[in-house]
Amino acid sequence: MTDTAREQVAPQTIQVTVDGTPVPAVPGELVIEVAERAGVYIPRFCYHPRMEPVGMCRMCLVEVSGPRGFSLQPACYVRVADGQEVRTSSPKAAKAQEGVLEFLLVNHPLDCPVCDKGGECPLQDQALSHGPGESRFVEEKRHWEKPIEIGPLIHLDRERCIQCARCTRFAAEVAGEALIDFAFRGAHIEVAPFPERPFSSYFSGNTVQICPVGALTAAPYRFRSRPWDLEQVETTCVTCSVGCRVAAQSSAGRLVRYLGIDSEPVNQSWLCDKGRFGYEAVHATNRVTRPLVRRAGELVEARWAEALREVAAGVRQSDQRFGPGGIAVLGGARLTNEDAYAWSKLAKSILRTDHVDAQLGDGLPAELVLGLPRATIDDAVHAKALIVLAPDLREELPVLYLRLRKAAATVPVIECSTVPTALSEVAHVRCGYLPGEAQRLAGALVGDGSIEEIPGADPAEIERARAVLSALSGEGSDAAVGDGVVIVLGRPSLAEDARSIAGAAALLQRALPGARFLSVLRRANVHGALDMGLAPGILPGRVGLEAGRQWFEAAWGELPSDRGRDARGILEAAASGELSMLILLGADPIADFPDAALARHALEQVDLLVAVATHRDASNELAHVVLPVAGADERFGSTTNLEGRVTRLAPKVVPPGVAWPAWSVAAELARTLGNDLGCSSIETLSREISRLAPAHRGIDLDQLSAPERRDGIVAPLAETPVTLLGRRDGTSPRPIDPMATPGIFSVEEQGAPLGAGTALPVGGSGRRASSPEGARPPLLALGGLEALGLGGGAPGRLDAYSFRLVLRRALYDHGTLVQASLSLRGLAGQAVLAANPHVLEQLGVQAGDPVRCKSERGAIEVPIAPDASLARNVVVLTANLDDGANALVDAGSPVTDVRLETLA
Amino acid sequence: MAALTPENFERARAIVALYPKARSALIPLCHLAQSQDGWLTPEAMEDIAALVGVTPAEVRGTASFYDMLHTEPVGRHVIAVCTNIACMLGGAYELLEHAEEHLGIAVGQTTADGEFTIEEAECLAGCDTAPCVQVNHRFFGPLDAASFDALCERLRSGELGGDVPHHGTLCRVERAVGLLATEGERGGDER
Ligand code: SF4
Ligand code: SF4
Ligand code: FES
Ligand code: FES
Repeated sequence: MTDTAREQVAPQTIQVTVDGTPVPAVPGELVIEVAERAGVYIPRFCYHPRMEPVGMCRMCLVEVSGPRGFSLQPACYVRVADGQEVRTSSPKAAKAQEGVLEFLLVNHPLDCPVCDKGGECPLQDQALSHGPGESRFVEEKRHWEKPIEIGPLIHLDRERCIQCARCTRFAAEVAGEALIDFAFRGAHIEVAPFPERPFSSYFSGNTVQICPVGALTAAPYRFRSRPWDLEQVETTCVTCSVGCRVAAQSSAGRLVRYLGIDSEPVNQSWLCDKGRFGYEAVHATNRVTRPLVRRAGELVEARWAEALREVAAGVRQSDQRFGPGGIAVLGGARLTNEDAYAWSKLAKSILRTDHVDAQLGDGLPAELVLGLPRATIDDAVHAKALIVLAPDLREELPVLYLRLRKAAATVPVIECSTVPTALSEVAHVRCGYLPGEAQRLAGALVGDGSIEEIPGADPAEIERARAVLSALSGEGSDAAVGDGVVIVLGRPSLAEDARSIAGAAALLQRALPGARFLSVLRRANVHGALDMGLAPGILPGRVGLEAGRQWFEAAWGELPSDRGRDARGILEAAASGELSMLILLGADPIADFPDAALARHALEQVDLLVAVATHRDASNELAHVVLPVAGADERFGSTTNLEGRVTRLAPKVVPPGVAWPAWSVAAELARTLGNDLGCSSIETLSREISRLAPAHRGIDLDQLSAPERRDGIVAPLAETPVTLLGRRDGTSPRPIDPMATPGIFSVEEQGAPLGAGTALPVGGSGRRASSPEGARPPLLALGGLEALGLGGGAPGRLDAYSFRLVLRRALYDHGTLVQASLSLRGLAGQAVLAANPHVLEQLGVQAGDPVRCKSERGAIEVPIAPDASLARNVVVLTANLDDGANALVDAGSPVTDVRLETLA
Repeated sequence: MAALTPENFERARAIVALYPKARSALIPLCHLAQSQDGWLTPEAMEDIAALVGVTPAEVRGTASFYDMLHTEPVGRHVIAVCTNIACMLGGAYELLEHAEEHLGIAVGQTTADGEFTIEEAECLAGCDTAPCVQVNHRFFGPLDAASFDALCERLRSGELGGDVPHHGTLCRVERAVGLLATEGERGGDER
């Protein structure tokens, strides 16, 4: 709603008077919004600027002039009219507000001393500022059983509820799943889930943040702290690549809470529960706190110097055996940009290896991600059409799902997916396809490719999708074809080779040259890691190895001569003894690489396996040296989200034991090798990136520290002119929803005043003194794609006895982060194999019966579950749910076909 | 006591089809389900949710708003005693107290044999026969202790079977939407 209000700001303005001050307004704006702009705070409970107004609490009653004089109206519901006069604190308005508060307090238990909200409670605050001060109610208040668990993470104290419907509206309107609603009536009204159907939404934590009283509390935070004991910083959630802005709050040196901050271009105040409660992993018991080295088969604690010497010795040994190509670096998608840059520099200029990959075979080729024209989330939600070729975004990038879901009300969404996703429900068209056929489907959508006989696809759906696209090309003749189309691009299934998706992307790009792409790779800073050159053939700032060679060699020294291997290549080489040393940068390939057997074999084969890690995991169990590093909420630096938006990270707690920031591990390792990485602090690194990396010119930590740039800067600056809006829309002196940002307000007051920012001039801070000579290398463009031999790899025919495997991901899985968070670990679902009910019938098994699922690579036993939305020739498994589903995938083949057997 | 029977499921579909928005059929479907089981079973509410495209929590939220819809099991006869002004002046509280004593249950409870549930109601628009009660939405009044006991007896014995069908039976909904052509198919005075 604020979006639309903002769009219309130009046209016609009217005059409204608020408490005697004339304020220009736009027809359609709410009285409360206009008053806000005039600096007048109207008390409120139910009004939330990100949801439709309902006017149900009546706290915002003010006097509004109309044809018949002044009357009391809810300011959050009434829209302004020209010449209108509003009185927010006249005796009549004040009396009405007092009256509403007195009624609200009639049944309120006033158990503030034992209420989590006490001290940051809008009801307390507004009772003080607008309430009667005394109650006349002497009767018995209503009583309920105190708190009941309405969901695995959420407790409800019905006595405290003031029936504002913020939580129920959030569930229905924003999250799109009304798992809670009001039940009963009058004094008996209560927020309730359906019996036996708990409020287990991925977004449930938001209801706690927006509840204006202590009725909803989150299990992980209950009774952990008092608001006045909290310290906080503003930072970015690094659980996934959406990069939601958050306030990380701690008490007595431990993180206790995350709150969503309203970042207009990104999360618009919402968070997912994994991001919100995942901070528990920071204090988990399986953190690596000291360097570990393997002695007599056991990992034992060591001093840093000893551990680094061990690694250095491995480097020298590898150089002797293989020359520079004997070392590979895997991972880095959970580092900061500065960490990633330091490791990229170490790998490419000192270890002289290009066998570097931040992705674990579960993403897309780096050239593609970096080379395609990029879209922001705002571009996507305002697109003329959205083509979504991606996995289930609710499972992988929850808050992006929320934004796209909302957009689907106005933007036609064409979803191309192997199985239905949460977005299918709101998509205009869903084009299903059999894994492996993405490229042909794309051809049919935009080219003259035949729409018949694409396995798994319905010609009628393709027809409808084509109609959407051709309706667009009719408009504005000189615009490039596809202008205004945004393509959301990811891996719909991990068991479908990335080449097929890359091929589809290349086709779409050629047919729709005006279209932009939003990459939906999942890991937190994977886009930053790729930007910083943690990929084969890539150098920092989105340049190719050859294009950037001269520029970077002038600054860094000699670079590897050839393009290196990607994750699959690295693991294959390691498995066949062609690598001597493998460094894992926070990566757990055994759990995350789609082909588990290959990953394990590779890790066992190398002479020296070094893990740079925050937590112990399956892969670093096998390591010879484990080096502890600072993780989320423990480090300075910046991170890059899926739009290419760079935001500043801030630490809230100190790293455990002797863990270092990952960049200083790189710097120290360089020193141990008798070299110098040339970076002594995070600031010098940041400036070096801004100076050398072409796409990051002018973006450094100083820039990001400015209050008006806390929503980040989209790289590269010059190419994506964006208006950088503060979380206040630039006109209001208050945070957008003061009800839901308890405690943040005080931080904002201490910071510099906020306002609407503007895009920075290219060149930024002007520290360019020592850039290398010569022209900056050009950014990667898609031109090189065909040269890379992407696309192709058509799958074989599916034989009549086999099923094609779809390997999906779930938000809560057996990954390190979820399992290290006490509140989340139990939420990981049971591993099941989903199949059409017809398949169960054919096999003669019941739901829940175990079946054997066999591929060329391996076999697993897993219970079967019917799912009528699936085609009869596919089966679906979920990665990383302890069933070893990734043991089935053959990373070398375009698709994975499996057979099912019953267990006698 | 379960989900909608296949027959009722078909009826439900037909009712949904009568409205431009499926959601509008929510309350008629609640009546349909209640006429099947006497109350709204969770399974039936899930069926309704699927039929009209909302969540079960929303069905329960809507249904629980209305006194005529029951989301918890009730007896075969739901006796609603009006205690609004006309009836109150006519002795409704005495009647209610007597009813509780006679049946051995409090307002909102159901007798162990599953025969009776007592409710307290606001004005039932039967002030001319105050104090009055409704049994399964059929009117009886004016009543005193003796005639209340007699009424219970007749209800228990099934003597009033034709006039007072089991709880939840409402012909009006289906008749209004044209699914029930003939009156008397189910019987009962519905006013
Ligand atoms: S639980 Fe909180 S958010 Fe929900 S209706 Fe009650 S007061 Fe409002
Ligand atoms: S969507 Fe991603 S970035 Fe946002 S809160 Fe969830 S995990 Fe964090
Ligand atoms: S009625 Fe306006 S804030 Fe609730
Ligand atoms: S007061 Fe009892 S029916 Fe009207």
